[in-house]
Parts: sequence; structure tokens; C-alpha cells
Amino acid sequence: MAQDIAQRGYARPDVLVSTEWVAQHHQDANLRIIESNEDPLLYASGHIAGAVQVDWTHDLNDALRRDYLNKAGFEALMARIGVTPETLVIFYGDKNNWWATYAFWVFQLFGHTNAKVMDGGRAKWEREGRPLTRAVPSYSATQYTAPDRDDTQIRAFRDEVLQHSNAGKPLIDVRSVAEYTGERLHMPDYPNEGALRGGHIPGAKNVPWSKAVNTDDGTFRPADELRALYEQQQGLSPDKDVVTYCRIGERSSHTWFVLKYLLGYPNVRNYDGSWTEWGNLVGVPIER
Amino acid sequence: MANYPAGLAEIVEDMQSITDRQERIDLLIEMADRFDGAKVPASVATKPYTAEHKAPACESDAYVWAVDRPDGTLDFYFDVLNPQGLSAMAMSVLLKETLDGQPVEQVAQVNTDIVPQLFGREITMGKGAGLSGIVSLVQYEAKKRLT
Repeated sequence: MAQDIAQRGYARPDVLVSTEWVAQHHQDANLRIIESNEDPLLYASGHIAGAVQVDWTHDLNDALRRDYLNKAGFEALMARIGVTPETLVIFYGDKNNWWATYAFWVFQLFGHTNAKVMDGGRAKWEREGRPLTRAVPSYSATQYTAPDRDDTQIRAFRDEVLQHSNAGKPLIDVRSVAEYTGERLHMPDYPNEGALRGGHIPGAKNVPWSKAVNTDDGTFRPADELRALYEQQQGLSPDKDVVTYCRIGERSSHTWFVLKYLLGYPNVRNYDGSWTEWGNLVGVPIER
Repeated sequence: MANYPAGLAEIVEDMQSITDRQERIDLLIEMADRFDGAKVPASVATKPYTAEHKAPACESDAYVWAVDRPDGTLDFYFDVLNPQGLSAMAMSVLLKETLDGQPVEQVAQVNTDIVPQLFGREITMGKGAGLSGIVSLVQYEAKKRLT
């Protein structure tokens, strides 16, 4: 059984809440529970009472350009789910919160810092026998004025990553070992979403994202274990400028969350172009 | 799709005509809710299952078995170990309900094209790969009987 969040030594324990906390507070005023999943059937099959769904393809990505929604799109999304800048949003989802942290990361591009993640995600909530409902809530539309999306602090682009790699700065590849070594391209059946070459960005260290969570209940591992994983084994330290990546930026947002909030690294960026961009780019080197 | 078993062809055609995403999701959940009817009985397999029955690339840990009928057709059985693998369960039910007892030559024609046709093109790569793995294993079992 995982320690209490406050006892795990995190730099920012306030960004996590427990399933028990959510059970006690999910109907609070000025709080919105947001479910984000990979499996599109999960939310509709049952969710925490009062929770809304934010879907990564429909809600967070631009349909015509490989990019995230813009300021107007984010404002419309917030209005639809009844969120104001003062609303505390709590993310949870499947895959040990991999998609929840992805949504959390996109929200941070728009400065919605009043945000937390439910530790253990949907699987822990279900395993504890907590109730789910199929009733989809309806909230009055809000007025939400967002700042312009800020891509400079927590998001990395390919030219920046090339400079970063050339400078020998740390990159963390959070994909599976087989993807990192180039043995396997993720999706042979979907060549439009795959990559031409297998391997990794030169200099990147491989720490699969799932190593940051406890296998038994999906909660985040305590800070000392995370430090052993990233610092003692891979040589990271909080003073470093770190870039994380995976295949399209979802798994790496999980590691971004771990490094930035749980270990308190001030300079961590997620390269959402990730391997589906880098593995197809003309003129950039890879390593195997 | 012309050579698919009629029941599958009809469902694929119906699903492709759906433009409302929620309607598609509701139909798939209805399928997933019937998963007990597709689940492998103890007379066919018990845990721990052997790797040869595991659908490749499926993160929901889906398994597929094919049992021969006297008339040369097949009965398919499935298990999905991840309780959150609803899409895998829906796919299993669909394959079970439309391919059991159908001509093996037709079952062998069923390929991974049906994944985006049923689930929509916006399905994630990981999920699409897993569902394709289930379909591929079903197709493999049918093709094996034809060689």
C-alpha cells in the first residue's frame, strides 16, 4: 500500500490528491473532475459522479494542424465544461494517469495552474470499489478568458531539441526499451502514424514512463525512489535543463509531471513532436 | 468487405454510417457489456494462458482461442485481462457474434481494416494496434485451417 502523498517527499505534494480525497470532495463547488483516457469507451461506460470528459483528440488537438487547441479553443472548452480560472480541476484517467497528465500539461500551456491529478487514476478508484455513474453531468457555460498559449516554458520543438541534443543536454526517452533501441516501431499497422526509422534521439537516456508508478496500485512512487531512478541511475539533477519525449508526447507528459512537480525540476520541457516527428525528419541524426 | 461473413459486413457498414461519435461509443459499450458471452470457458482454457493465444500489441492483455466444430467451422473465445480494456472486450464480442460458425474461407478474409471502420479513425495508435492484434489472431487461426 502506498504511503500518504504528504509523506512521500515530493517537491509539490499539493499537485496530487488521493482517491479518498476525491470521494470526499468531488461534489464541492468550484471544483471540476476531468477524466481523460486512451480508451474512448471508458468514460461513457461509467465515471466519477460529476466528472466531465476531456478527450485528447477531440478536445485538445487541432483537427487540421498538428498542434494543440488555441486560446479561443481552450476558452470554448473551459466554457463547455463549466470551468472558470478559479475552478480547481482534478484530472484522472486510464493507463496510470498517462492521459490525465497529458491533459494536465496542455492546461498548463494556458496557465491553468489550479490543477491536480488523482493519484492512482481510474484503475485505483475502480479497484477500491468506488462508485461510477453513466450519468453525464451538465454545467452552466462559463466565461473563461485565457492567456495566449505559452509554448516557451514547458514545450520543446524540434529545432530546440536538435540544439539540446547537440549540446549534450539531458533527454529522457520514456518509450519502451524495444522502441528506444529501434527494435520496434510502435505501430506497423498504422504507417501514417509511425516513423520511418527506429532508434532514439542522440544522447537520450531510456527511462520507460511506467517506472515512475507502483505496479500494484498505479500510484506515484515516493521521491527517494524517483531520485534513484532518474538521478542515481541516469545522472539527472534539478539544475539541468531536461527534455522528455516518447512517440507523440503523451507518455512523456507523465514523466514531465514527475520531474517537474514530484521532484521539483524547474526546467523540464515535453517534446510533443516526439518520435513520430524525429524519426521521420530529414537530416537529423538518430542513435540505435 | 464483400467476402466478410454477412453479419460482420452488416455491422461494419452500419458503424461506418454513424456520424455521431457518442452513438458509436454507446453501441460499442453495449457490445462490451456482453463480454461474458464471449469469454473463454474453463473447458477451453484456464489461467495462466499460454503466449500463443495472446493478441500481439494489445495492452489490455487480450487472448484468443479457436475451437473446431465438426462441420469445419470455428467457435472463437476470448479473454481480456485488463478490466479497463472495454474496446478489446467490444471487439471480442463483435468477432464472437459474427464469426462463430461462419465459413473459414470468409473468416480468413477479415483483416485489420475493420478496426478504424468500427472504432473510428481517431482511435489512438496504441489502442488501434491492440485491437488489430486481436483481429490478426482471429484471421491467423482461420488461415491455419486452410493450409
